[in-house]
Amino acid sequence: MENSENLVAPLARARGLGGAHEGTHHWLHQRITAVANLPLMLWLVWSVTHMASWDYAGFTAWLAQPVNAVLMILSVLSVFYHASLGAQVILEDYVHGAGWRLVKITAMKLFFIVMALACVFSILKIAFGA
Amino acid sequence: MIQRPLSPHLQVYRWRLTMAMSILHRATGVALAFGTLMVVWMLLAAASGEAAFSQFVVCMTSLPGQILLFGWSIALFYHMSNGIRHLFWDIGKGFELKAAYGSGYAVLIATAVLTMAVWCPLFFG
Ligand code: HEM
Repeated sequence: MENSENLVAPLARARGLGGAHEGTHHWLHQRITAVANLPLMLWLVWSVTHMASWDYAGFTAWLAQPVNAVLMILSVLSVFYHASLGAQVILEDYVHGAGWRLVKITAMKLFFIVMALACVFSILKIAFGA
Repeated sequence: MIQRPLSPHLQVYRWRLTMAMSILHRATGVALAFGTLMVVWMLLAAASGEAAFSQFVVCMTSLPGQILLFGWSIALFYHMSNGIRHLFWDIGKGFELKAAYGSGYAVLIATAVLTMAVWCPLFFG
């Protein structure tokens, strides 16, 4: 705390949280998911362009395979988390007013949570052969 | 509330390749985020049954659907390649002006090559 002239350290500063009030979590998670996205997206593109058959039976049989179901769930979680972290930064940059910003960021996060849940539920339903 | 200006102030800069590519990373990120809706649709349709899924396939193999997918794949390959460039910057590598431009051109070439690698077999195969 080199420029602190006060013995009473604000809690955030004591915890090492900077100007964004949440330390390096956001930044780090954006990078971790970026690295995870790389193989996952290559796998997804490879899979959809090499699908044996795009009819209902063929696609669901493919997705029901454990490896494919797990990789698809990982893809959805990693990409949606990465996208929501990215969208948060963009909203922080462009939305004026702290209240509005919070509303929009919260709505955006809820949207991605709902989408991710819909995807994971669908994958599991197919994987468990319903 | 303190009314401080928010970044970025595009109008005060002269256009550069590095700057255009930086903006494009954000633009493709947003486009991809909306593009996830296609994945949501695919999975929900498959879980809903045969009729819903074949409707999805018909839409995606139509001309507008294919154009959408083509655009999505360009955005993905650009964001992916440029994302790797970002990750190298994050570990402190590639900031020299020459390196930044070199990696920029490499990203553009990689985007074109990957997009063609995906679409040429589908188109001509
Ligand atoms: C395929 C592998 C991917 C890699 C390697 C990657 C990498 C990155 C990196 C390093 C950043 C931070 C850029 C910065 O510091 O400004 C970023 C931002 C972002 N990414 Fe990705 N990404 C990938 C896939 C995706 C996907 C699939 C989506 C959307 C569904 C996405 C959406 C975003 C968004 C919205 C941002 C914020 C952009 C900004 O702040 O300007 N990314 N990505």
